[in-house]
Amino acid sequence: MNSRPQTLAEKILSRASGASVVQPGAIVTGQVDLAMIHDSGGPRRVSPILQRLGVPVWDPERVVVITDHYVPTFDADSEQILALTRDWVREQGISRFYDQQGICHVVLPERGHLRPGMLVVGGDSHSPTGGAFGCYMFGIGATEMAGVLATGEIWLRVPETLRIEWDGTFGPGVLAKDVMLFLCGQLGMDGGRYQAVEYAGSAVARLSMQERMTLSNMTAELGGQAGLVPPDETTAQWLQAHGSDPGDWALWHSDPGATFAEQHHFDAPALSPQVAAPHSPANAAPVAEFHDVVPEVLYLGACTGAKLEDLRAAARLLKGQRVRSPMQLWVAPASVRDRQQATEEGTLRILEDAGASILPSACGLCAGYGPQRLGPGQVCLSSTARNFKGRMGDPTSQVYLCSPYTLAASARAGRIMDPREFLEEA
Amino acid sequence: MAHGRVWAFGENVDTDQLAPGALMKSPLDELARHCLAGVRPEFPQEVAPGDFIVAGKNFGMGSSREQAAQALVHLGVKAVIAPSFAGIFQRNAYNLGLLVLECPEAFRLHEGDQLEVDPRSGTISNQTTEETLSCVPVPEFLMAMLEDGGLVPHLERKLKQQKAT
Ligand code: SF4
Repeated sequence: MNSRPQTLAEKILSRASGASVVQPGAIVTGQVDLAMIHDSGGPRRVSPILQRLGVPVWDPERVVVITDHYVPTFDADSEQILALTRDWVREQGISRFYDQQGICHVVLPERGHLRPGMLVVGGDSHSPTGGAFGCYMFGIGATEMAGVLATGEIWLRVPETLRIEWDGTFGPGVLAKDVMLFLCGQLGMDGGRYQAVEYAGSAVARLSMQERMTLSNMTAELGGQAGLVPPDETTAQWLQAHGSDPGDWALWHSDPGATFAEQHHFDAPALSPQVAAPHSPANAAPVAEFHDVVPEVLYLGACTGAKLEDLRAAARLLKGQRVRSPMQLWVAPASVRDRQQATEEGTLRILEDAGASILPSACGLCAGYGPQRLGPGQVCLSSTARNFKGRMGDPTSQVYLCSPYTLAASARAGRIMDPREFLEEA
Repeated sequence: MAHGRVWAFGENVDTDQLAPGALMKSPLDELARHCLAGVRPEFPQEVAPGDFIVAGKNFGMGSSREQAAQALVHLGVKAVIAPSFAGIFQRNAYNLGLLVLECPEAFRLHEGDQLEVDPRSGTISNQTTEETLSCVPVPEFLMAMLEDGGLVPHLERKLKQQKAT
């Protein structure tokens, strides 16, 4: 049989394509295990194409639909988009439909739809998030998604693997978000070369699933096609707790001796909290360089930065504290489940007591689709993934990116602040 | 084989330059009239069907909007030739019927050169300088999709064939 050691990406693609061995550069056709779409790029765009082709979705059991971009609705157009989504889901007989339950990349694994070794496509650029569970998951455009929904297949060029290892333990106040901002700064937004990025090393192995999701999520900013974390006991336990069968998870890792196109080693204890200046995640630098920036709005939101653990991190620093006026702290928990848990355990209460406004669990300000947008010249510090010009509002608004810890520390200080200043006493 | 002239661009041509965000709700015709106009105002007016775009690395970076490739198809661009492309753009291009050729030596092609390309064998013949360059050959299944005009017409034809047999 096949003796050549394989990378995790090669293993998944050889399984999905039915080839016994796949080599980087080879073109394969993969059978798609699952396709995820949301209200913006989903039904309203793919439905006309499927109609033109005269076919229904290839397998309604393998399609997950989630509404999050136009949630909550705010005008006739957004209402119509959600109505169309609901009609289409019914018409296609799709039962895996999560209407206003949170942001797609967080809802998908939380509801038990991902398992190590799967080939998954998503109609959204942050689809690499699924790689945290050992899935080869990537984002595609609407036309290509229509093709997948019609046939259940997609072509891929077998990627090279860029392995990024972090050894040791991250220091207090340093989160996965800091890791990704740092990597964007070091490698640039095309550093991933549209290949598979694999995160490994003892520091990554110690991260929780939601932290790993942040690594995989921001592989989009790094320009990788997929962002994989090899599944381990942590993965298996998490999946079990979320109603998914981890299956043969131990198979899904890169073999010793597998060929990596690039290998990067970093020392985890040396990493400090990072902030990215407008208008690119690649403008990252240590937080200390930004201590004179005074944001007006602090946004704890998005699939990248408002999961349960992100909320907990912020609450840890804001317990018994107040957001320094006149700054405003807006919190949009990433999913309804995370919001419920945060409510039950008192995390949300701590944030509210500190003066935060709690917003709906949806893309909100991150997508910039709704009525709530940044005004001209407004300075925002945000736990989201992207700070492109005009994305969250007026083109003259200035968005700085940071971790939930740095965001909370800044809320207390009234300007961008290193969270380690406060963690010592917390 | 028909040939066309080169329009030369730099590195990191992004999707906002190809399909400006402010025009995303406009009809394709209007969107295409602004394609790359921010860099070279005369381009959308003067580009002729069969012409080539030659650019630096990471062509098509930015968002996943398909209109970036669609606008070039609409203007009749025969192919984009660059040392590398942003991944989602490259996929969108094939899906919408736009030929993109990865050529490490794209820098040897200059504004106004007349080219002929053979994507199957991966050759670019520069008629102006009489040089021949290699590019990464385009696999047969992608050529079939391109020749049908993109993924949707391609699937339409395949599904019809399946029904007929
Ligand atoms: S929260 Fe932001 S990054 Fe995440 S899916 Fe929504 S718009 Fe995209």
